[in-house]
Amino acid sequence: MAKTIYVDNAATTAMSDIAVEAMKPYLQGIYGNPSSLHSVGQRAKEELEGARELVASCLGAQPREIYFTSGGSEADNQAIRSAAYNGAAKGKRHIISTNFEHHAVLHTLKKLEKEGFEVTYLPVDKSGLITPSQVEEAIREDTALVTIMYANNEVGTILPIRQIGAVCREKKVTFHTDAVQAVGHIPVDVEADNIDMLSLSAHKFHGPKGVGVLYCRRNIPLRTFIEGGAQEKGKRAGTENLAGICSMAAALKDAVDHLSENMAKEERLRNILIEGLSKIPHSKLNGDRQQRLPGNVNMCFEGIEGESLLLLLDAKGICASSGSACTSGSLDPSHVLLALGLPHEVAHGSLRLSLSPDNTEEEMNYIVSEVPKVVEYLRSISPVWEELEKGERCHLI
Amino acid sequence: MALYSEKVMDHFTNPRNVGKLDDADGIGEVGNARCGDIMKIYIKVNDGIITDVKFNTFGCGSAIASSSMATEMIKGKPISEALTLTNKAVAEALDGLPAHKMHCSVLAEEAIRAAIKDYYDKNGISYDPADFPEPSEHEEH
Repeated sequence: MAKTIYVDNAATTAMSDIAVEAMKPYLQGIYGNPSSLHSVGQRAKEELEGARELVASCLGAQPREIYFTSGGSEADNQAIRSAAYNGAAKGKRHIISTNFEHHAVLHTLKKLEKEGFEVTYLPVDKSGLITPSQVEEAIREDTALVTIMYANNEVGTILPIRQIGAVCREKKVTFHTDAVQAVGHIPVDVEADNIDMLSLSAHKFHGPKGVGVLYCRRNIPLRTFIEGGAQEKGKRAGTENLAGICSMAAALKDAVDHLSENMAKEERLRNILIEGLSKIPHSKLNGDRQQRLPGNVNMCFEGIEGESLLLLLDAKGICASSGSACTSGSLDPSHVLLALGLPHEVAHGSLRLSLSPDNTEEEMNYIVSEVPKVVEYLRSISPVWEELEKGERCHLI
Repeated sequence: MALYSEKVMDHFTNPRNVGKLDDADGIGEVGNARCGDIMKIYIKVNDGIITDVKFNTFGCGSAIASSSMATEMIKGKPISEALTLTNKAVAEALDGLPAHKMHCSVLAEEAIRAAIKDYYDKNGISYDPADFPEPSEHEEH
């Protein structure tokens, strides 16, 4: 097998040397429990609070607004449930979101619907955007929460979060954003962006897995979902994952310090892929061309199915992902691609390539040379492609 | 753990009997593009024996592997034997399929039946309709 080319950084990233080094002192040396009163514990506590300050400074937040969690999903769950129940206590049981959120958000909202909440799922347009006025029009007297992702994990579209936040601020509705794909990749500032609550995950920016952050603005009451000790001001019990937290803080600082250069590099590499792969006949770039994460490419190729494409690319050393949830146990095509209005037939044939600054131009050139061959081969054995070519079936893209 | 058995990967990456038969005696097509799987099987029949078989498949790795394995299993066999091929036998021959991919082996069984039925219909050969139930509606997704 050829050398491995990892282009699935939206799924997870390799930990950076900085993140690994930042973790080491806490595995053996500074092993104390931050809740212990003795010196070993208090030493750990200092480090924990240092990490909190660092994370806060990277987000434009105050340290007391940072709550460490087990990751993005936990942060999403807690933020949404907390805001929903706070609203319900005042008779507000309406929530606004979009139809292409991550499942950590969508499934939480589905559960809340069963509990009697009403959710408006704003439809995104064909490039994955919504407008602030769509949000404004959907806000009602009884709206408890608006939760809209910062950038989409599959198609990379960046939403107008600052303007949506401004609408929510004006209407006095709590605004949460799942920023798992955005933080460390594009500029995010909770003050400038008018964000009340934000979720992030360390392993998306070269930090460790199993650790994340819920940012919750100081004037917003946060409810507890993991009961136990008084960690995280009683809002999230459990002895802190100090090694993970300190490693995350270092990874985030590193990502934010090098944001512009990393964005420029990823964009340059991304454009090689988009230009090269768009030459494949009956292919389509999904997501917005301009308002797009610098490292995201998502394409559909008509007449083939995504999983077989992925497996054959894997055999060539290219580790990518498919929008098709086929690989993850569901047979439905991606809800994100369907939300963008793609027909099922086309949505099945998707490929997501997500980059990191560690990728190289040589790797991009290899991908651009190999993907067309695999697409052509799969089309050669596809009865759907045969019908398309014979004109018995209409091309949709 | 790998997603698929080595057998599945072998039949997926080096599929047997892939292609078309321009002079096919029977053609069976099942599945639909909306659901992400279409299997088309071509058979050549001589004296009740399936002398040649080819397939074209749009679908995931296990759909392509199931087509490949199923065509291997009926090639050179009498039609009567091909009609006894079950999806379970195809899946077992592949050293198993993940639970949510079992429908791929069902499609392979149905595609073969559809090709044989097409052969019978084209040649005016009578058959027991019970042998050819309507292909199962692709399960609700």
